[in-house]
Amino acid sequence: MNLAYRDIRHGLGRFLLTCVGLGLLLGVVLAMIGIYRGLVVEALTIARAPAVDLWVVEANTRGPFAEASRIPADTREAIARIAGVVAAGSITYQTVEAEYQDRKLRLYVIGYEPTRPGGPPEIEEGHAIARSHFEMVADRSSGLVLKDRVRLGRDTFTVIGSTRQQVSSGGDPVVYITLQDAQKLQFDLAPPAARIQMARGGTGSSGRDTVNAVVARLHPNASPDAVAETVQRWKHLAAVTQEEQELILTRSLVDRARRQIGLFTSLLLAVSAVIIALIIYTMTMEKLKQIATLKLIGAPDRTIIGMIVQQALALGLIGFAIGATLIASIKDYFPRRVVLEPDNVLALGVIVVVVCLLASALGVRAALRIDPATALGG
Amino acid sequence: MPDEKATQPPLVRLRNLSKHFGEGETRVDALRDVSLDVQAGEVIALLGPSGSGKTTLLNIIGCILDPSSGTMELDGELVLRDGRWVRPNLRRLRLDKIGFIFQFHNLMPFLDATDNVALVLQLAGADSREARLRALELLDYLEVGNRRRSMPAQLSGGEAQRVAIARALANQPRIILADEPTAALDSKRAGIVMDLLRKVAVERDAAIIAVTHDEKIFDRFDKIFNLRDGRLDV
Ligand SMILES: Nc1ncnc2c1ncn2[C@@H]1O[C@H](COP(=O)(O)OP(=O)(O)OP(=O)(O)O)[C@@H](O)[C@H]1O
Ligand SMILES: [Mg+2]
Repeated sequence: MNLAYRDIRHGLGRFLLTCVGLGLLLGVVLAMIGIYRGLVVEALTIARAPAVDLWVVEANTRGPFAEASRIPADTREAIARIAGVVAAGSITYQTVEAEYQDRKLRLYVIGYEPTRPGGPPEIEEGHAIARSHFEMVADRSSGLVLKDRVRLGRDTFTVIGSTRQQVSSGGDPVVYITLQDAQKLQFDLAPPAARIQMARGGTGSSGRDTVNAVVARLHPNASPDAVAETVQRWKHLAAVTQEEQELILTRSLVDRARRQIGLFTSLLLAVSAVIIALIIYTMTMEKLKQIATLKLIGAPDRTIIGMIVQQALALGLIGFAIGATLIASIKDYFPRRVVLEPDNVLALGVIVVVVCLLASALGVRAALRIDPATALGG
Repeated sequence: MPDEKATQPPLVRLRNLSKHFGEGETRVDALRDVSLDVQAGEVIALLGPSGSGKTTLLNIIGCILDPSSGTMELDGELVLRDGRWVRPNLRRLRLDKIGFIFQFHNLMPFLDATDNVALVLQLAGADSREARLRALELLDYLEVGNRRRSMPAQLSGGEAQRVAIARALANQPRIILADEPTAALDSKRAGIVMDLLRKVAVERDAAIIAVTHDEKIFDRFDKIFNLRDGRLDV
């Protein structure tokens, strides 16, 4: 007969309650890990969306996400002519508060050239932008649906397509409009003084016909670094490879948030480990009298160790399963993405098992030390 | 009968057993030079004021306490020589040869009556079906067969004590040690339990050593030993 199982069955309610409690705790740990991963994944989303190899931005900036970047719109033609570049597209990025159904909607507006790189990666519903004006592809997280009409600046846009999980590194939903519309929007929303200057033809790159970045897709054999070097010859331009761009996004843009959540996650993990250890240790301590009796009537150590270790593992694994199921089923209701990667989930599972084993080792030590004579006392 | 007994070695044979706790100022001599023979079929009582060494003596016979000096044979086997254990695996010895009955029943609260008894049978190597069958027989023998499915918490004090006795008897030990087995029972139940122990001693040819304060049951014993400051007198 399996003593661990029988003891659990005898106090099933309490055991399950403990499992649920532990499950909630481990659920929170998993959620934090998921939020951490989500933050990183979201930060990379907009940089990965256009699927390009090179970012051309204003000289001495690490744009267009980490720092503001403004370059002339005709840059794209120059870039497209560089050997090794297959396609290039101009892009603008701006955060806009739009009016939608009488409330403010914060959107991350991406302007792109519909026939060139820079557009939405995948249209879930509806279709891509087909006209040059007033059409919009909106991410679902914005709450906008097909045929919705949204006012941006002075114009009203109609949603004709939707994407999934396209958000800025700050978590704002992304909408795509044409480059022309986006440039007009930037002009409309600029402060009056700047606008006047821009209208006059302005000075250099602050003119109306500017974009934030030019993205380029390279030939598979072309080296991004070589192309980047060619770009740097224009004194007013800088080039950032896709790899560098991703590093900039994770290392600098969301670095503090990432470290904040990372530290908190580690703390939570440590707290959980202590709590698991305490639960298991207490569970064993409560049974010391029974264990002394078992020793007295002649039960071998392996029976006693088996009972403690099996219960500890059962508690840990059931708690973990509850936590994982819980988070897996509610993760999509979080306002920002929670990414549960099998690797991370598995790693937490392994940690839980190890903590359970260590804690039961403490319990086992106490159990093996207890004098069987204790069973004889009142 | 007396002749036959004399030819058999005693089940428990103690020679010059001493036990002290602590040293120097704090030294307590719990047992001093105790010698004792207990024959199969005998039911004997250990009596004495609190602190006189009764539990200490019982624990040493049960091999759960190390004595300071002395020699002990259990069921003809030399277990202790000059204060040192000479038999390996004392726990197995307990499982096979010694039954313990406690003042409080000490049943596993998470096993029903049958499984509490079956547990020790399985620990000794019986398969689970066989163990359950034997356990049921024993419960019937102790007249608690009707409570076979009850959990210890649902049993009365007397019933629980009888289940505990069934457990103590399960592996047919020849030495049964009982520390105040009737202290938690009323006098009627105490009498029933003592009658049972006597029945076991006679039918199974076992030796029963019980510590007791309970004057109501003195007449149930073959011999009464008095312990006073660790010394034994008949
Ligand atoms: N573990 C121990 N450490 C130190 N002294 C002990 C220990 N166990 C018992 N003693 C001492 O040994 C003496 C005998 O104790 P024991 O428990 O055998 O008495 P007892 O006859 O069983 O008493 P009671 O009737 O109260 O149960 C007592 O003076 C007690 O204080
Ligand atoms: Mg005592």
